[in-house]
Amino acid sequence: MSEMSTPSAATPPAMPSPLRLITTLGLIAMLSGFTIVLIYQVTLEPIARNHREALERAVFEVLPGAVSRANFTVIDQELIRLSDEELAAADLFAGFDEDGNLIGVALEAASRGYAGEIRVLFGYAPDREKIIGFTVLQSSETPGLGDKIETDPRFLANFEALDVRLDETGEALANPIQPVPEGAKTQPWEIDGITGATVSAVAVARALRESTETWVPLIFAHQDELAEESE
Amino acid sequence: MSATSSKDKPMTATTFTEGLWKENPVFVMLLGLCPALAVSNTAVNALAMGVASTFVLLGSSLLISLLRNLIPKQVRIASYIIIIATFVTAVDYIIHALSLELYNALGAFIQLIVVNCAILGRAEAYASKHKVGHALVNGFGMGLGFTLALVLVGGVREILGFGTLFGVSLFGAQFQPWAVFILPPGGFFVLSFWLVVFAAVRRNRERKEAAHGA
Amino acid sequence: MAHDSLPFIFLDAFLINNLVLALFLGLCPFMGVSSKLKTAIPMGAAVMFVMLVASTCAYGINALLVRFDIEYLRLISYIAVIASAVQLVEMTVKKFSPTLFRMLGIFLPLITTNCAILGMALFQTFRDYSFSQSITYSVGSGAGFSLALILMAGMREKLDLADVPGISSGAAAAFMLAGLLSLAFMGFAGLGG
Repeated sequence: MSEMSTPSAATPPAMPSPLRLITTLGLIAMLSGFTIVLIYQVTLEPIARNHREALERAVFEVLPGAVSRANFTVIDQELIRLSDEELAAADLFAGFDEDGNLIGVALEAASRGYAGEIRVLFGYAPDREKIIGFTVLQSSETPGLGDKIETDPRFLANFEALDVRLDETGEALANPIQPVPEGAKTQPWEIDGITGATVSAVAVARALRESTETWVPLIFAHQDELAEESE
Repeated sequence: MSATSSKDKPMTATTFTEGLWKENPVFVMLLGLCPALAVSNTAVNALAMGVASTFVLLGSSLLISLLRNLIPKQVRIASYIIIIATFVTAVDYIIHALSLELYNALGAFIQLIVVNCAILGRAEAYASKHKVGHALVNGFGMGLGFTLALVLVGGVREILGFGTLFGVSLFGAQFQPWAVFILPPGGFFVLSFWLVVFAAVRRNRERKEAAHGA
Repeated sequence: MAHDSLPFIFLDAFLINNLVLALFLGLCPFMGVSSKLKTAIPMGAAVMFVMLVASTCAYGINALLVRFDIEYLRLISYIAVIASAVQLVEMTVKKFSPTLFRMLGIFLPLITTNCAILGMALFQTFRDYSFSQSITYSVGSGAGFSLALILMAGMREKLDLADVPGISSGAAAAFMLAGLLSLAFMGFAGLGG
């Protein structure tokens, strides 16, 4: 029984020449490489379109009223406009309504939740200095508990108008975002938590706080520039 | 079914059905367990995984059966793995192109079809020794059996864990889902439950046969 | 602990997202070799070694593939590397410990189709781990696999002496045990946060 399992025991009487072995393997590998390249080429376009559409949906979801978007990256505190295709390199997405007015900017934020990384997208409206929309891009939080950050309407109501005003220097938030226990929210910059999903809710708040502290002062300073970018 | 040469054994219903029941890859042979548990938290994911695996199984069975006389014995496993990996890469890209949501739900587990022992096992034990027609029918039966097992596990987990089946709500809003069944332990529990069910059915049948014989 | 620090990556792979009990990877060898402690330990060691080799190679290969923009060949190259690493381990074990080789028997070549190893290599790529992070992740994964294997073997040895209803003995009871073990491991979630 154990002898049968060793490969050497299965050697057949006539060993084919090594050349034959190598050519067979090589031919199969070439054939397989060719097939894969073919499939890759055919699916390249639909895959890119899927990604674009998924992100577009998320951007429009967190910026209610937006119908078009523009991608930007930031290099040395300067905004650089990217083409429509360069989604992966973008740091922020500006959303515009039908008349080309800037609705707000969609930004990504991430932090570690209970069971892994939570990635969210949120919409920031520089004119009102508020977060106006929020959606979870990726999370592996416990079903039934932690995943309430995606579904609980009371929790999601936090992000309809979350205050992220800048202080008088214009370089920091007047009131950094604060998580509080469920039902304890008294200030517009506080995030009402979820009982039973404290860690996940706090992780979302932490992600938003870190992201807003970095990005909000920069975007606020450049909002006129962004507003002119629509076409 | 179709006409067969005298050299091969004629194709019988067993060629097809052995994968469904008697040699069901998951419930009887305990092969391909990783995907059977990892992506079976809803019936839809389970079905998608089953279909993807069946496609790979069919494609690789066809090719391996066609090439069975050309591949030297010494490099057969390597050749099989390359062939299977090719089909898996193809499935991976096709699913990615069809639905991003499904692709994200199945995650890395599409690529892990490569190491699904049920597929390599079929290649080695059946496709490499049988004619194309047989290999295809048998592969299809195995794939169907695998899909069936996945949907059975996924269905129970979804019903208990979400209160839905294929996304359709079953119990109304007041149902309190048992989240544990969507979580990893639930996968083990449900599989264990089905193994007991299968064992019970098999034992029953054997008893009846024994009674008939006596 | 930051979620990309080395100690956390280790803990994550070792306990929190244990390959076997949380991600269902490597179940075939897990069920196959976990009936005796005597085989579980060397199997764990072999898997750990193969993981380390595979992780190192996978990191290098991925860098090459990205450099030449041919990532679609990733799966094929990874599986080839793992198969070779397994072959290497097999030859080493055969040369230095024929007893061990006979004990592991059929399961050594089966490491090739151990999804835990390919899974680990793919996850490290998807998570964009650096070289040191990849190595840490592979060691953690290997240790996690061994831990699950050894715990399970210990429990199954006891189970052999227990009076289990005939219908649920064997695999069904083993899976129930694995479920309980997995339930226990869920308690590690949130660790190090």
